[in-house]
Amino acid sequence: MKDKKIIKIYLYTRYERFWHWLQALMIICLITTGLEIHGTFNLLGFQTAVNIHNFVGLSWLILFAFFVFWLFTTGEWKQYIPTTKKLFSVVLYYAWGIFQGNPHPIQKSKGAKHNPLQRLTYLGISAMLLPVQMITGLLYYLYNDMSGVLSLSILAGIHTLIAFFLLNFLVIHLYMTTTGHSLFSHIAGMITGWEEVYETTQIADWETQAVKKK
Amino acid sequence: MKPRHFLKCCIAVIAVTAFFCSVQAVFASTPNNGEEALGRKLAKQAVKGSKRWSTINHAKADALNSDFTTGEEITKACLSCHSEAATQFHKSIHWTWLASGDKSDIRYGKAGYSVNNFCISGNAMEDKGCLKCHTSWNRKGVKGEVNCLKCHNSSGFNFIEAFSDIKAFSEDGDPETDEMVKDIQQEIKQEVTRVTFPTRKNCGDCHFKGGGGDGVKHGDLDTSLTKPNRMLDVHMGIDGKNFSCTRCHTTVDHNIAGRIYTNPAVATRKSLIEDDLAPKITCVSCHSSAPHKNDSKMNDHTDVVSCQACHIPTFARVNPTMMWWDWTKAGKLKDGKPYHEDGPFGKPVYKSIKGEFRWEKNVMPEYFWFNGSLTSTTANEVIDPAQIVKVSHPVGDKTDPEARIYPFKIHRGKQPYDKINKKLLAPMLSGKNGFWTTFDMNDAIEHGNKTIGIPYSGEFDYVETTYAFPITHMVAPKENALNCTQCHTRENSRLANITGLYMPGRDKSDLIDTIGWILVIGALAGVLIHGIGRFFIRNGREG
Repeated sequence: MKDKKIIKIYLYTRYERFWHWLQALMIICLITTGLEIHGTFNLLGFQTAVNIHNFVGLSWLILFAFFVFWLFTTGEWKQYIPTTKKLFSVVLYYAWGIFQGNPHPIQKSKGAKHNPLQRLTYLGISAMLLPVQMITGLLYYLYNDMSGVLSLSILAGIHTLIAFFLLNFLVIHLYMTTTGHSLFSHIAGMITGWEEVYETTQIADWETQAVKKK
Repeated sequence: MKPRHFLKCCIAVIAVTAFFCSVQAVFASTPNNGEEALGRKLAKQAVKGSKRWSTINHAKADALNSDFTTGEEITKACLSCHSEAATQFHKSIHWTWLASGDKSDIRYGKAGYSVNNFCISGNAMEDKGCLKCHTSWNRKGVKGEVNCLKCHNSSGFNFIEAFSDIKAFSEDGDPETDEMVKDIQQEIKQEVTRVTFPTRKNCGDCHFKGGGGDGVKHGDLDTSLTKPNRMLDVHMGIDGKNFSCTRCHTTVDHNIAGRIYTNPAVATRKSLIEDDLAPKITCVSCHSSAPHKNDSKMNDHTDVVSCQACHIPTFARVNPTMMWWDWTKAGKLKDGKPYHEDGPFGKPVYKSIKGEFRWEKNVMPEYFWFNGSLTSTTANEVIDPAQIVKVSHPVGDKTDPEARIYPFKIHRGKQPYDKINKKLLAPMLSGKNGFWTTFDMNDAIEHGNKTIGIPYSGEFDYVETTYAFPITHMVAPKENALNCTQCHTRENSRLANITGLYMPGRDKSDLIDTIGWILVIGALAGVLIHGIGRFFIRNGREG
């Protein structure tokens, strides 16, 4: 493998990177303030935490609309089409191959930024967890204007549970960034847009639907 | 290529930083952005025309230009102009001491079956000690004549003493004392013209000293409110708004708004915008139900939490208030004589005539749902002596649209009850048959219960009781109001006993939290093990 040449390809566009990092900051901000509101710790002060949580949460709703718009106008939504093909080999890689120093079974390309495991995870988060979190968050925010309709304890319960799911994702996601060619190569890729891949990378047809139609 | 990327990077960083700075900017600017909260704006408007004006100078009133020898004569003079005053007043609770306007209904009121856990009963106005605070001349109660000056004279002059002096002096016929009588009479003539709307001192003479001394009863009413600073009471503070009691306790036909007994002071909270003739007795009257700044989360609380709950962090902030009164200890004598002992705050902790006391200062209220009504366990109600008897307790729950979470002083104590009839008893205290003279509780009860017409079996014991006082005075400046975490906290929340609603920060689902933390800690442990594995195995192979 040492003889394989590593090249860089431009994988993440400006908006994509902007959204990724903004989203990262907002998630960290929301989880921190959210846990403070939940009563887990005292950091910023309850009132400040509530104010920031509300502001960032509402901003999220607006920014997410832009993300959805971007997703569909650019056709990037196809990156999220779930597949079971090679899913098992990816799982096997992280469970075993990675310790052997084997190469990743899936290489990134413009048409396939996500491996099958990522596709499944990101689809679950973007299409399930985040929308539910946004809806419960909004209802929580507007709770006082529609009291009697909903039980706050159920609303807060769902919102808290999903927050824990997202925190769980965040931990794993952060760790996974270190599994590139070097510890920080994935992070560098998300900052600059240029991701390291092997020169000899072969991209299977089924992976490249997103660009094929162009 | 590289510099361009660097530039883009910078722009992205700047954009993100700007976004988060705007968060800061939004919240940092809120407190000082000059915009006034609606509640303040409205309240200022409500008291704008606060100068009272009048068309009478009582010093020039012919009716008052007379040599009065009794209180009743003064009242007659008052009524010669204010013809309906006494008729109106006779129907008010200040006169009847009965909660209901109907005199045949004696269930509730000091003059009825109502009892408390202080001096216990008014004994149908037969206990003359209590009548010091009745608005009649010479402790005659409803059989006497209205003492207008009790509420409408600001001189502080003791008319009753002056009249008894005159009586004593004029009987001895000495020319020298005749001169003194003239002097006193002249003084009376002068002081009687100082007619006003009730001042704080007028109301406070009784209401600050209810229960037999300064700050005994209410907790939010004591002599510190005669001349409070705004730290003690923003409304009454002489360095603040300087309100008199009647600023909020508005009056119709001598009925004064704000009485809380079996019925609420007002049926619904209405702002002056909704009803400009509504009594100004609730906070909402002047401050509206959305008093805080626009979009403030605090405004979302007003349908559940009373204003008082946050804006009166503690009561009895200057003078101590009594929290415990144990009648079982009463009657101990030293050398055959009654005695008393002073304790902390220079307040009595024991009195032979009354029993054992406990005083507290800066007391944190207890919180209950409250729709404005109080239950009242009277001397005619059957009690369960195995439990603490709630002599008075707030009514309301979270389903009641008028109920709010409200602060209370709960006064605890032990008082006598009838072991056979299971009713609270009404011992007579003052007078020749009273406990304070005889120190015989059984005898005092015998006489006391006779006055209210409730039979006594002859066997008594003591039961622990509570008495609830809504806390509504001593509103602190807004900077001293509670912060969120006094209630929105897991441990020691002030609202720990308010159940049935979800409070962020206080409440959680143990199940969700357990699942959540297993997920998070599990992930952390997983990646840690995975990482260590990679470090050792792969580095071993590749390195």
